[in-house]
Amino acid sequence: MSEHKNHISTYKSQIVVLFVLILLTVLTVTITSVHLGPFNTAAAMLIASVKATIVLLYFMHLKFDEKIYRFMVILVLAIYAVVIIITFFDYLYRP
Amino acid sequence: MEQNHVAHTDHFDPVASKLGMWLFIFTEILLFGGLFIVYSVYRYKHPVEFHLAAEELDVTIGLINTVILLISSMTVAMSITALQLGNKKLTLILLGTTGLLALIFLVNKYFEWGAKIHHDIYPGSEFLLSLSKGDMLFFGLYFFMTGLHALHIIAGLALLGVAFFKVKNGSVNKDRISLLENGGLYWHLVDLIWIFLFPLFYLIH
Repeated sequence: MSEHKNHISTYKSQIVVLFVLILLTVLTVTITSVHLGPFNTAAAMLIASVKATIVLLYFMHLKFDEKIYRFMVILVLAIYAVVIIITFFDYLYRP
Repeated sequence: MEQNHVAHTDHFDPVASKLGMWLFIFTEILLFGGLFIVYSVYRYKHPVEFHLAAEELDVTIGLINTVILLISSMTVAMSITALQLGNKKLTLILLGTTGLLALIFLVNKYFEWGAKIHHDIYPGSEFLLSLSKGDMLFFGLYFFMTGLHALHIIAGLALLGVAFFKVKNGSVNKDRISLLENGGLYWHLVDLIWIFLFPLFYLIH
């Protein structure tokens, strides 16, 4: 446990993470400016999820902290996913 | 002074402290999560109106604000590293930079909203009421969600402000980093929400 506590992210790694995040942002803007119909939104959401995962793992330190935090985050996101799925089952199959 | 002494001898549990912060963050995720579901359902029901209404939003200003928030997220993460390495001065500089970036974000938001309101687009305006239901829903959600997000920026700014002064007076230091760490987590949450708000409102084509 003390091993986790002592993990210190380097400045360099944080600059790399920022660079990747900005690159992905530019990629989203570029992709959505091409007309691909419904795939635009799908691509934008996919990239946003990748960005969110990077922020969670590196900036929010889930990769280096105790596993309990990671477990809780996954659990909450799973509950949220279930709520989304149930809501859309309702709206998509409404007569 | 005496109270300061007492604070240093009381029980300090960084793991539990962070656990509490995460629990709070979960309530925030579900709050915005609910709003994102409302957005998705209305967009599913009014795809054309959402598409056309989104063209009114300025992609450039949205992109600038995205980059500002990403950079501020990095400076906050770096300030934690700096404090862990015992570099108090750099911690304060990085926290100050984060605060400055947050203020720039809010100023941008002010001009963005100002332009919309100038064009008679705001909840309850006569112009908006004359438009279709889908347009009203889009702009209603736009003002509510970005507004709620801006409130979170202000809250984060206050929290990081407290962290700034506690680092300055030494009560948050190398061995007791939790307040700054939790403030950082909150700030990253604000960034996380914006990562989804930006494509959903500004990038519908």
